[in-house]
Amino acid sequence: MAVKVRIPTPLQRLTQGQEEVDGTPGTVIALINDLDKRFPGMGERISEAGKIRRFVNIYVNEEDIRFLNAEETVVKDGDEVSIVPAIAGGAKQ
Amino acid sequence: MTQLLIRRELLNEIIDHCKEVYPNEACGILAGRGGIIKKIYRAVNVDDSSVTYRIEPFQVLKNLKQDGLEMIAVYHSHPHSEAYPSLIDVERASDLDSAYVSIYVIVSLMHEEPEVRAFATSDRKVREVELIVS
Repeated sequence: MAVKVRIPTPLQRLTQGQEEVDGTPGTVIALINDLDKRFPGMGERISEAGKIRRFVNIYVNEEDIRFLNAEETVVKDGDEVSIVPAIAGGAKQ
Repeated sequence: MTQLLIRRELLNEIIDHCKEVYPNEACGILAGRGGIIKKIYRAVNVDDSSVTYRIEPFQVLKNLKQDGLEMIAVYHSHPHSEAYPSLIDVERASDLDSAYVSIYVIVSLMHEEPEVRAFATSDRKVREVELIVS
């Protein structure tokens, strides 16, 4: 049993439309780096210099990793990881 | 999509939300099935700002899925400016990595009467979408 990674609609073009892919157990940042090897381009869209980008949220078993151990949060077999980019804009010119 | 059809009561829900959080920007999701809007989901503006909005959509996406609906468009308000996409709207919407949908509904509260318009944004180009209220 692997880690279940839920891919958001905007990034599914990198996974050929797959909504869910397998991830490797370990830290969240290691999991993202591993995803990038299999789905090139994924890493830079989610993280920068080892940190999760400001406009992307990651949840492990529905817990926001900002309230866990951030990028170093450990995921294990059977855990579910959701990658959820923010939707943003506004009136500011 | 060249037209967006919405029932008057759903449009009023959006306008009410925008008025309630004024002078801050309101934001949320128009959801439905087969392109027909069935429900409005209010979202929290994480920026808590009068000039920007940011939705962290984990919970709202979960609610949509549970309700068997899909995201059709995103709405937000411009408390003090026209109902037209700003530069930041266009940039963020053209950023493929955060574009769940291409249709954006903007509510301007700068005049006494709220003005609501819809736009399709992609590739840094803006095209108005006809908003049909029934």
